[in-house]
Amino acid sequence: MAEPLIKIENVVKQYTRDTQVLTVLDGLSLTVEKGDFVALMGPSGSGKTTLLNLIAGIDRPTRGRILVGDAEVSAMGEGALAKWRSEHVGFIFQLYNLVPVLTAFENVELPLLLTRLSKKDRRRQVETALGVVGLSDRMDHYPRQLSGGQEQRVAIARAIATDPALLVADEPTGDLDAKSGEEILVLLERLHAEFGKTIVMVTHDPKAAARAHRLVHLDKGVLKEDVRAKGEKGEIGVAAAAAIAAGK
Amino acid sequence: MLSIPLKYNVRNLFVRKVTTSLTVLGIALVVAVFLCVMALGEGLATVFTASGSEKNVLVLRQNSQSELQSGIGRDQAPLVKALPGIEKDADGKPIVSAELVVVLNLDKRDGGSSNVTLRGVEEKGMALRPGMRLTEGRAFVPGTSEVIVAESVARRFEGAEVGDEIRFGAYRWKVVGHFDAGGTAPDSEIWTDTEGMANTFQRGGYSSILARTTDRAARDQLVAALAGDARLALDGKVERAYYDEQTATAAPIRFLGFFVGVVMAIGACFGAMNTMYAAVSARTREIATLRALGFSRFSILVSFVLESIALALLGGVAGCALAFLLVKLALSGVTGTTNFATFAEVVFAFRLTPQLLATGIVFSLVMGFFGGLFPAGRAAFTKITAALRQVG
Repeated sequence: MAEPLIKIENVVKQYTRDTQVLTVLDGLSLTVEKGDFVALMGPSGSGKTTLLNLIAGIDRPTRGRILVGDAEVSAMGEGALAKWRSEHVGFIFQLYNLVPVLTAFENVELPLLLTRLSKKDRRRQVETALGVVGLSDRMDHYPRQLSGGQEQRVAIARAIATDPALLVADEPTGDLDAKSGEEILVLLERLHAEFGKTIVMVTHDPKAAARAHRLVHLDKGVLKEDVRAKGEKGEIGVAAAAAIAAGK
Repeated sequence: MLSIPLKYNVRNLFVRKVTTSLTVLGIALVVAVFLCVMALGEGLATVFTASGSEKNVLVLRQNSQSELQSGIGRDQAPLVKALPGIEKDADGKPIVSAELVVVLNLDKRDGGSSNVTLRGVEEKGMALRPGMRLTEGRAFVPGTSEVIVAESVARRFEGAEVGDEIRFGAYRWKVVGHFDAGGTAPDSEIWTDTEGMANTFQRGGYSSILARTTDRAARDQLVAALAGDARLALDGKVERAYYDEQTATAAPIRFLGFFVGVVMAIGACFGAMNTMYAAVSARTREIATLRALGFSRFSILVSFVLESIALALLGGVAGCALAFLLVKLALSGVTGTTNFATFAEVVFAFRLTPQLLATGIVFSLVMGFFGGLFPAGRAAFTKITAALRQVG
């Protein structure tokens, strides 16, 4: 078995609304190996997005420990977390979250502005990233001039521009038609297989989950099911994913 | 490490064209009004500060604040003229002018009337005011009820062209010339000769005596001599200092300029603040994304403050242009106000100096900074997790 990249130990996440305490994650433990492709599934309110946010370091647990690589993410301060994210995590969102006033090139360049790279090196990396997602010819287009699928590919290029080990994706195909969604899934699979990225993806869609190599099913803040595909490079498969999604 | 690129903010300003334009217009108007009032104060201050020589000593009755309050006896004049320190001309005559000042109420060209200073001077009167020159006609002949009129007065008052007759009550003066004093105090005056004027108004004395000294030491000697002579009961003031004291007239206008400017600026600040709050809430998800990518709170704060400052800068530049046009086109002519010490009208022009324009720009930047600070703070403290999924 490969070495672990993410270690989640007894994590509790609670929100206080007025006087009510809402427990979203209830003592969850999970380990994700380096180079794995994990789908997080579960009904609304099961805590899957919260778990993703905790792993990505944009939220902090109420109790418990989260380690990603050498970093104890759960113990880091605001500023340190921001710096850590810029170096180690690539984000892919359901609504792409591109900056509308910046071109595709400038959007992909954004995370590189936080590095010490020269302008020339930044340009090279942006071009490489846009090449990987197949949008080398759309560099000077603004997001409004792109289709939804193209926008998401630019967003993926932005996520991989700094070459982080971990990619987190929150419903990456949720806002796309079937064909564009399929293209995005193929791309994610390639990033996993060819570039060795560890991917953690939240999804509702059994077709998306089917591409993953491991399926973690959450319900009411606890781990309900944890399924691994058989064999080294196998996928979960649509039937299995659909069955798990249906809670069978 | 670089921060969020400025083009991000500038392009956002151009994306929301309407709100940006309205905010820019608001700030521009504030800056323009502020600059116009300040240009007024500046123009007024110039009249006095440019007036008066360091070498001239103005002799007034003890404790008089202005020439109008002062009175010097006819018998005192020769004593003053004989005091040490006064410069002599080639013929050995002292360069001195005993003068008489009366305020006339004359009809203005655009209706109404206003006070103008009529000054009687002696032979050396003009020589004592360097920079003063005749622009039309000739000098008056003493003892003939002839006058010369400042160009800027001639432009504003009835019957002051060369050849015209100035009437005041039963008095008549023939205008024989125009002069220009380069924006100094005589530009608000009408001049005639002291003796003729004393006869006309049956005055037994003078208002003041102006004397030129050879140098600073001689000047101080003359001032000391006047102060030391208890019989004369006269004060000697350096002419420049006398006019500096009169500049107090411009102070309330400058205060008004600042006051009006600051009050309006606070209003414009709220305008900018409103625009920036709207911008921040419209871009909540975008801001959360930038934070997720690893941009710090501080760089978000700086970015939005800069956006607000850029917005205000556009307004500042537009305001300067507006004020410039206003002063050039609408306020270019000379205008008048009352000198509260003499109650005579002071003629001056609006002066929009480069320094004032720079002040206008700085003023707009300050508005942008304060207008942007709180919205930028809200942006910086956006909660990433909730904002990331916000639709819209």
